[in-house]
Amino acid sequence: MGFYGLLAFLCAFILAGLGATYYMEHNGHWVTGMNNQIAWGMPHVFAVFLIVAASGALNVASIGTVFGKKMYQPLGRLSSLVALALLAGGLVVLLLDLGRPDRLIVAMTKYNFKSIFAWNIILYTGFFAITGIYIWMMMDRSMKKFYRPAGIAAFIWRLILTTGTGSIFGFLVARQGYDAAIMAPMFIIMSFSFGLAFFILVTMATYKWTDRPLGDAILYRLKNLLGVFVAAVMYFVLAYHLTNLYATEHHGVEAFILTGDSIHTKLFWIGQILLGGIAPLVILYSNLGKSRTWIAISSLLVIIGGMAQMYVIIIGGQAYPLQMFPGMEVVSSTFSDAAAYHAYTPSLPEILLGLGGVAITIFMIVFGCKVLNFLPASLADEAVDPHSAATDK
Amino acid sequence: MSDLETNAPEKIGRRKFLTASAATAAGAAIAPGVLLHTVAEAKPAGQAVSSKNRWGMLIDTNKCSKGCNACVSACNEENGLEKSDHPNSNEIDAQWIRKVELKDKSTGHSVSLPLMCQHCEHPPCVDVCPTGASMKREDGIVLVDKHICIGCRYCMMACPYKARSFVHEELFNQKDHAPRGKGTVESCTMCVHRVDEGESPACVEACNADGHKAMYFGDLKDENSEISQQLRKYPSTQIRADLGLNTGVRYRGI
Repeated sequence: MGFYGLLAFLCAFILAGLGATYYMEHNGHWVTGMNNQIAWGMPHVFAVFLIVAASGALNVASIGTVFGKKMYQPLGRLSSLVALALLAGGLVVLLLDLGRPDRLIVAMTKYNFKSIFAWNIILYTGFFAITGIYIWMMMDRSMKKFYRPAGIAAFIWRLILTTGTGSIFGFLVARQGYDAAIMAPMFIIMSFSFGLAFFILVTMATYKWTDRPLGDAILYRLKNLLGVFVAAVMYFVLAYHLTNLYATEHHGVEAFILTGDSIHTKLFWIGQILLGGIAPLVILYSNLGKSRTWIAISSLLVIIGGMAQMYVIIIGGQAYPLQMFPGMEVVSSTFSDAAAYHAYTPSLPEILLGLGGVAITIFMIVFGCKVLNFLPASLADEAVDPHSAATDK
Repeated sequence: MSDLETNAPEKIGRRKFLTASAATAAGAAIAPGVLLHTVAEAKPAGQAVSSKNRWGMLIDTNKCSKGCNACVSACNEENGLEKSDHPNSNEIDAQWIRKVELKDKSTGHSVSLPLMCQHCEHPPCVDVCPTGASMKREDGIVLVDKHICIGCRYCMMACPYKARSFVHEELFNQKDHAPRGKGTVESCTMCVHRVDEGESPACVEACNADGHKAMYFGDLKDENSEISQQLRKYPSTQIRADLGLNTGVRYRGI
C-alpha cells in the first residue's frame, strides 16, 4: 500500500470523524445514541481507552530509563511517540464530543480546581510537554545528562495522569458502579495492559513494513510482560467486584453487570473476561506465544477486551439506574426512573468519531516514524542484547 | 351614593377616628418585622444575593396527588421547556422537574412526589464542573452559567438525582428570563428570576393554585418563615441523605 497510501487511508477515517462531528454538532446530540440518561456514549469509550492506553504506552520507555533495563532503551523514543499519539487521538475525540467544542478556550482558561476534570486538562497538557522534552533528551545526545531526570519526570507524571483518569469515575459519589478508590489503581494497571498491547502491535507492524529486523528476544520479553499486566487487570477487576458483592447495597448493580440480560453482561464475560483476559493469557503463556501471529492476535484481543471493559465501565455504570429511594420501588416516572436499566445504542456518527481518533493516533505514529528517527535500525537479538539468546519463552 | 362613600371618613366620629389612629400606630410599630421581611424577599435589582438567605423547598408527599402534573406543567410553561417530537423525547427533552411514584417494597405504601434539582449545600455537580459553570449562589440556588458551560456533561454523571438535562438541539421560543442554549447543561433554577422578585417558584404556585398545597417555598435561614416552622415542627427527610449534601429541598412522608 505504501506510505502515502496508508496516510490517505487514515485521512479518510479522520475526515469521516470530522464529518460525523459536524453532523452531531450541527443537529445537536439528539442524532446520537446519547440522551439525558446515558450522557457519555461511544466517543467516551474510545477517548478514555486511548487516553488510558497513552500513559501505558510510555511504560516501555520508563522501564528502560527509570528502571535501567538496557533492552528496552532503544524502544524509548517509539514508546514516547506512541504515547503522545494515543493521547492526542483520545483528546480530539473527547473535545469533539463536547456540547460546545468551540469553547475549548474556556476549558483552557477557566479552572475549578476542585474538579478532577480540570486537573486532567492540566495533566494532559503537562504530559505533552514532559513527554516532548523526554523525546528531545533521548534524541539529542548533547542532552544526555538530562535523559534520566526527564524519564523519571515522565514516569511520575503518567502515574498521576492515569490516577486522574481513573478518579473521573472514582470520585463520582452518586453512582453505584463508580465511587470506588480502586478505580485509580485499576486504571493504571489497565493502562499498562492496553498501552503495551497497542505498542506491541505498532512495533511489529512498523518493523515489518520498514523491513527492519525484530528479534524474538525483545518480542518475547514484551509479550511476557503483557501477560503479567493482563493478569493484573483481572485481579483488580476481581477485587472490585468481590468488594461490591460483599456489600448488600451493591448487589443490584453487580447483578446487572454480572448476571443481567443486557449487552453489558455479555460484554463483561465474553468481551472483557474471555477475549480480553483468559484468551490472551492462554496464548501468551502456551506454545502459541512463540508465534508472532499469535502474539499479534493476543495483543489485538487485549485491545478488544479493553474496549469492552471501557464500555461496561462507562456505559454500564450509567445504564444502571440511580438508587435514590432505598427500599422503595419506583412505580412510575416520566424520566424512566422505574426502568430496570437504561438502554443505549451507539450511533454511526459516534463510532466514526471514535475511529477518527484512532486514525489520528496511527497517522501521528506513521508520520512521526517517517520524518524523525523514532525507530532503531535493528531490534535483532544481537542488537538489543548481545549476551542473551532468545531463550525465554 | 358614591359621594357619600367618598366622603365617609369625614363623617367618622371623634371616638372612631381615635381608635383607628391608635390601630394604625400599633400596626406601624409591629409591622416593621413583617414589612422588612417582605422587602428582604424582594431583593432590589443590582443588589448582590446574600448568604443571609437560603432558599429551599419542603414537599409534603402526603398532600402530593398521584397523577397530578401541575408542578411539571407550570415549570415547563414558566421556563419555556417544550416537548419535542422525537420518539424518545422523554430521554432527550430537558426535564427540570418530574413526577415520581414510589411504593414501599415491604409495606406496599405508595407516595407521589416531584423530583428536581435539590439545590444541595455541597453540590457534586459544582464540585466536578471543570470550568466553574456549575455554581451555587450565595443564597443556595444552584445554577449553570451557560456562557462558560462547555457541555462536557460531567455534572450529569455526578448528580445523584439525575436532575440535569443536556440541550440536545436548537431551541426556539425561549423565554427572556430563562435563557437556554444548545450544547449546554441545565436544570431547575428554583425560578431564580421569580425568587429575586420576591415571588415563589412556578411549581409551588401551581401546586397551591390546584389546592394541594404540597410544596412550601421559603428561606431556610429565616426561622420565622413558614418552611422553617414546618421543618421544625414535623419530621422531614433528604433524598440520599447518606451523601451528606444537605439538600435545599426536603421531603415529608417518604
